[in-house]
Amino acid sequence: MSEAVLPPARVALVGNPNSGKTALFNALTGSRQKVANYAGVTVERKEGHVTTPEGRTLSVLDLPGTYSLRARSPDEAVTRDAVLGKLAGEQSPDVLVCVADATNLRLVLRLILELKQVGRPMVLALNMYDIAQRQGLRIDLDGLARELGCPIVTTVATRKRGIAELVAKVDELARAGALAAAGVWAAPDASQIRHAHREAQRILKTYVRPPERPDTFTGKVDAVLLHPVWGLAILFALLFLMFQGVFTWAGPPADLIEQAMTGLGGLIGQALPDGLLKSFLVDGVISGVGSVLVFLPQILILFLFIILLEDFGYMARAAFLMDRIMGGAGLHGRAFIPLLSSFACAIPGIMATRVIDNKRDRLTTILVAPLMTCSARIPVYTLIIGGFIPNTTVWGFLSLQGLVMFGLYAAGIVGALLVSLVIRKIFWRGAVEPFLMELPAYKTPDAANVVRNLYLRAQIFVSRAGRIIFPLTVAVWVLSTFPYPPPGASGPAIDYSFAGMLGHAVQPLLAPIGFNWQMTVALIPGFAAREVAVAALGAVYAVADTGTDGATLASTLAHHWSLATGLSFLAWYVFAPQCASTIGVVRRETNSWRWPVVMLVYMTALAYLAAFVTYQVARALGG
Amino acid sequence: MNDVFAPPQDQSGLTPAEGVLAPLSALRVGDRGVIVDVGAEARAGDHGVGVEELQRRLLEFGFVEGAHVEVLHEGAIRRDPIAVKLDDMRVALRRRDALDVLVLLDRP
Repeated sequence: MSEAVLPPARVALVGNPNSGKTALFNALTGSRQKVANYAGVTVERKEGHVTTPEGRTLSVLDLPGTYSLRARSPDEAVTRDAVLGKLAGEQSPDVLVCVADATNLRLVLRLILELKQVGRPMVLALNMYDIAQRQGLRIDLDGLARELGCPIVTTVATRKRGIAELVAKVDELARAGALAAAGVWAAPDASQIRHAHREAQRILKTYVRPPERPDTFTGKVDAVLLHPVWGLAILFALLFLMFQGVFTWAGPPADLIEQAMTGLGGLIGQALPDGLLKSFLVDGVISGVGSVLVFLPQILILFLFIILLEDFGYMARAAFLMDRIMGGAGLHGRAFIPLLSSFACAIPGIMATRVIDNKRDRLTTILVAPLMTCSARIPVYTLIIGGFIPNTTVWGFLSLQGLVMFGLYAAGIVGALLVSLVIRKIFWRGAVEPFLMELPAYKTPDAANVVRNLYLRAQIFVSRAGRIIFPLTVAVWVLSTFPYPPPGASGPAIDYSFAGMLGHAVQPLLAPIGFNWQMTVALIPGFAAREVAVAALGAVYAVADTGTDGATLASTLAHHWSLATGLSFLAWYVFAPQCASTIGVVRRETNSWRWPVVMLVYMTALAYLAAFVTYQVARALGG
Repeated sequence: MNDVFAPPQDQSGLTPAEGVLAPLSALRVGDRGVIVDVGAEARAGDHGVGVEELQRRLLEFGFVEGAHVEVLHEGAIRRDPIAVKLDDMRVALRRRDALDVLVLLDRP
């Protein structure tokens, strides 16, 4: 005889942004969570599981935060459809848990009234109840529960308080079963919203006594952080620190990963005889895995900053300060973090665009992020500048080489701003979404939550982006390895491979921008990662010494290339999409091949144009 | 002391003739008052979503008739956007989106 198994129940967490919904989700499900995308959209789907003391399995869905079921963004549309049970590929929830910040009930009361219309069993979780108590805020819980017609549980998600009670209440409602006629809802018009607000106001006045010790900390901190001068100064200092973190601190661990991969490759290289298997394992698989893992330190450092700033409540302030500055180029105020991080690497930058809610603003930022000069371009720039730009000073103090480097950075920034303006004007036809944003009260980030969210980001990157980056890297290896050079061939092996053939085939196309066949061949392995082009150039010119300084290679290039060609190559590298990992992560973040293809096409066009103009002008001037 | 959290009962003591009416978009730091109208007039400015939708979004955020507002902060460039205290919440918005929120200013 087997025991009767209680049927599992589906639970959906709904609530305003900044209500501690995700912290509650973490407290409920612990490590039993899974992140994916909803079918057909880029919205993140977070699901976790919890087993009730009675033995019922609850699958908990953490829905995107919203102020209303009248969705204003794709994220909020997911919340609406999930609540109504109309989301493709999802079953309707059996129980709703509405998560509310106990210290900020006004707007969530209106949302609750809206959720009531839907008619699903619901529990109200009054979260951050400890803060409400500290402020001396009094809530008549019984009265409020009676008025709203749903049970109330007080919780402190970060301390795991009230979680057992919440699970028990959900279990109770799940046992009672669904109400009849659930899933009915109509978008309210202006007068209905006004009416709901009056109702919420009445409920608030009746059952909630204002805090005796209201939060004055937020106001005091805002006086500094939102100050037109000090606020911006602090923001830029923070951004500088973050940039330093991603750029510098990530260096040693990234080097360590690279060394470990090289070491592993060396071990395998010793164990195996020369041949296809060895080449595949060392140059294909291990360098492919390495090309994914090497980004991990940067991603972890960047997301540590982002999660801390978000949890503290600063992200909304930063968006406020940057709104006008970024808005001039048609970018969202929140785009500055992704774009700044892209100076280190576009991969974490593109992943960081998740802080932008609006879909169009997010896409624009993703599309221009790779134009920011990432650290992988530096070896290429250094090589070409070292070979072609004389090491002289101008105006007595400026290094000409440094000046050219600065110019390349500036070209990337100006390019990004112009492209985002064009996207705004042409593709989105000037539509500017209203900018309405709550400035949440400042809160101390909870260490356990920060660690969990950080772990989640790392997991998403390694498993999902890795699934795209790794095969692309292997594909580049296949192209540059096969077929083998004929016996007794004199030239470098890559010259006889598919990459070599491809390079020769497209060379006429790239002749107007001054590229010879050696360069076009080197561009193909350089697609695995920008800095690989340095090693690839070394290979095609059969220069053994391709160390980081690349002095020998630089002089070889200077001997073979005209100045115009060198400059053209630099211009190409400012704009060209020479990075398979970027394409892979755009594919993952936009959930379609459409946007990576758009990016590939526009960046290649821009790179060709820039290199063409550079080459022709330089030639005309006698370069 | 808790007048910030109180419902708009002091509104009854004022009539429009006594105070000054101004759109929220024109207020400066320190200005405060009570919202008397949230309209959907087709005023200058492209909101990308249409004035009706903008009105509903404003209402949803709590910009409703009777709510107290006070401008707390202004951005560095052209004093835009603005951060306001709206009843007991803090909200940031652009001046162009605040054109249709009419405020009856408290007298100093």
